[in-house]
Amino acid sequence: MALRQCAIYGKGGIGKSTTTQNLVAGLAEAGKKVMIVGCDPKADSTRLILHAKAQNSIMEMAANAGSVEDLELEDVLKVGYRDIKCVESGGPEPGVGCAGRGVITAINFLEEEGAYEADLDFVFYDVLGDVVCGGFAMPIRENKAQEIYIVCSGEMMAMYAANNIAKGIVKYANSGSVRLAGLICNSRNTAREDELIMELARQLGTQMIHFVPRDNVVQRAEIRRMTVIEYDPTAKQAQEYRDLAHKIIDNKNFVIPTPITMDALEELLMDFGLMDEEDESIVGKVAAEEVAA
Amino acid sequence: MANLTREETLDLIQEVLEVYPEKAKKDRAKHLAVNDQSIEQSKKCITSNRKSLPGVMTVRGCAYAGSKGVVWGPIKDMIHISHGPVGCGQYSRAGRRNYYVGMTGVNTFGTMNFTSDFQEKDIVFGGDKKLAKLIDEIEGLFPLNKGISVQSECPIGLIGDDIEAVSKKKAKELEKPIVPVRCEGFRGVSQSLGHHIACDSIRDWVIGNRDGDDSFQTTPYDVAVIGDYNIGGDAWASRILLEEMGLRVVAQWAGDGTLAEIELTPKVKLNLIHCYRSMNYISRHMEEKYGIPWMEYNFFGPTKIAESLRKIAACFDETIQAGAERVIAKYEAQYAAVIDKYRPRLEGKRVMLYVGGLRPRHVIGAYEDLGMEVVGTGYEFAHNDDYDRTIKDMSDSTLLYDDVTGYEFEEFVKRIKPDLIGSGIKEKYIFQKMGIPFRQMHSWDYSGPYHGYDGFAIFARDMDMTINNPCWAKLHAPWLADQAAQSEQQEPKRASA
Repeated sequence: MALRQCAIYGKGGIGKSTTTQNLVAGLAEAGKKVMIVGCDPKADSTRLILHAKAQNSIMEMAANAGSVEDLELEDVLKVGYRDIKCVESGGPEPGVGCAGRGVITAINFLEEEGAYEADLDFVFYDVLGDVVCGGFAMPIRENKAQEIYIVCSGEMMAMYAANNIAKGIVKYANSGSVRLAGLICNSRNTAREDELIMELARQLGTQMIHFVPRDNVVQRAEIRRMTVIEYDPTAKQAQEYRDLAHKIIDNKNFVIPTPITMDALEELLMDFGLMDEEDESIVGKVAAEEVAA
Repeated sequence: MANLTREETLDLIQEVLEVYPEKAKKDRAKHLAVNDQSIEQSKKCITSNRKSLPGVMTVRGCAYAGSKGVVWGPIKDMIHISHGPVGCGQYSRAGRRNYYVGMTGVNTFGTMNFTSDFQEKDIVFGGDKKLAKLIDEIEGLFPLNKGISVQSECPIGLIGDDIEAVSKKKAKELEKPIVPVRCEGFRGVSQSLGHHIACDSIRDWVIGNRDGDDSFQTTPYDVAVIGDYNIGGDAWASRILLEEMGLRVVAQWAGDGTLAEIELTPKVKLNLIHCYRSMNYISRHMEEKYGIPWMEYNFFGPTKIAESLRKIAACFDETIQAGAERVIAKYEAQYAAVIDKYRPRLEGKRVMLYVGGLRPRHVIGAYEDLGMEVVGTGYEFAHNDDYDRTIKDMSDSTLLYDDVTGYEFEEFVKRIKPDLIGSGIKEKYIFQKMGIPFRQMHSWDYSGPYHGYDGFAIFARDMDMTINNPCWAKLHAPWLADQAAQSEQQEPKRASA
């Protein structure tokens, strides 16, 4: 089987890292050989696989060693649950330096060191929040990830972010082979959430590949720095992640997305009652004026 | 050959513009003009200080070049850190030939390159800690430095390093001025913004350092020389004239200059500006804050020197005015001899210039003193106030070109056929290969000084040895001599020695 490279995007705090690690555990359980590349300066994309607090990142080790040329692949590549390979790009603490450049440097290093030449079925890039700059778009540039999964929920901001990410994909899809492969709904238990995300997916020209229900076992596993599949293979939630993993294995639905306008998105939110019709008469009015009126 | 008429020059501009696409043509047309001395404001005939077009060859520099290379770099007893990757500092090191007196590496540092040599990790994790360490190392290795400036290269602005915080902290620790300069290369359209940013940083971090300190003994004749970078010793050749007429030069900005001089400048009675473009900003500031008047002067060629000396003297009392006359008289025989010697060899020669801050207009008088004529001139990074000043110095129907492109310059030269081109290293070999005598007018072609009476003698000699060099008669292979003679008959030969 040829190597498939996938990137996971989505609004900050939506559960990208948790979802990625759990579904990768599902893939590994199904016999797939997988590598996770964390592309977030927080470096928390691999801790559930490695049972570690935070893995030593490429950039951190490069800084200590002098430069990235002084590193060897085995210095940065750790192997965890069911032989899942883990690397973290790493980056600066908040407010200094350039995290985007860290991602670029780290991925170039992995390529040059032949990290992708090993016998792998899947590489998953777990990318920070939004495509804020060229660095965080690195995983979807030429010859990198070709399948993008967006993690979202039925909350307004999560859907805004999903639409924005779709816009970013369009930019690179036209010049390369990157495609949107589906939305993963990580449920927040909002009303008619599955229908809403399915409708958003339809409008974006893609699919909701799986609806992951909310379950506290995820948190219970997480405080033990484990995935659900490892912590409690019999849990119902473990099966959900296995289902997601199998859907990804069988997925053939790769599209250039059709991002929607702000108006269309707001209309969708209104249809589902997440947003009220805009009342132009109150725009710019302070509380005192409203009382007077 | 005879000079072009106004109509012919206009036609030439149109012809040269013809190759451009419509949009570029429209844009470039605004930067090319035929001089008309009756125009009061240059904005009516020429546009300047705009972004260069992608695809054309421009020789402009960047904001870092304007700050580190021009304004800050020559201040000799400070250390100027090129903060960022190594190239900007290394390739601008000592490039402008700002002469200075001192022991390099001990109490002066002008030709050395100090850089934070950014690596990937510094981009990713930020360079603040490295900057702090670098400042400590400088202090340890070169303890006689009087202060440090931090010249930002592009990445500093991109990653948002807080160089101000580092500078403040270290300045306190070391009890020396440490000046952060936000002169990232991508800012502005040319080096011009870098001059402004550099002047603003001097204003904010240095100029007020001795406010309220009256320990410096002033005299009524204190002046500062502003905007003389002492290229090939220019400032020295200027300074002696000012001193001989009775003035006291308290500060030289920035050629052979020191931090102490900069700090003392607010105590002077008059600021004398040579390069208006790069340092009018700080002069205006001192006028506003300290009430110090400023005036422009020109020390190229005896006519302009005498004019300037008298204009300067008029700001002072009779002793200085008498001093100015004494100086002019003292050097009269010397410069008359220079003119007597070289004018017959240079009379009627036509010059095209394309330089930087002040020279496209300031050197016109020196050429005219030698009987030569400037038939085309232009600036890399001028603003309209520079062209306002240029219009009066150029004859009618001569050519003005702003931020000229490589193509335009070559085409103009092919048609105008000047006897000499004065421009920079990037132009030099192209025109020499076209068979046209060439002088570098940024670096004085490693000669100089050209300022003052002493400089004029060197200037005249250099122009003569370039124009009248026998090599220009040897451009054709001997076995092709007949052919060459024929083509020269069809096309009147450029006069040569």
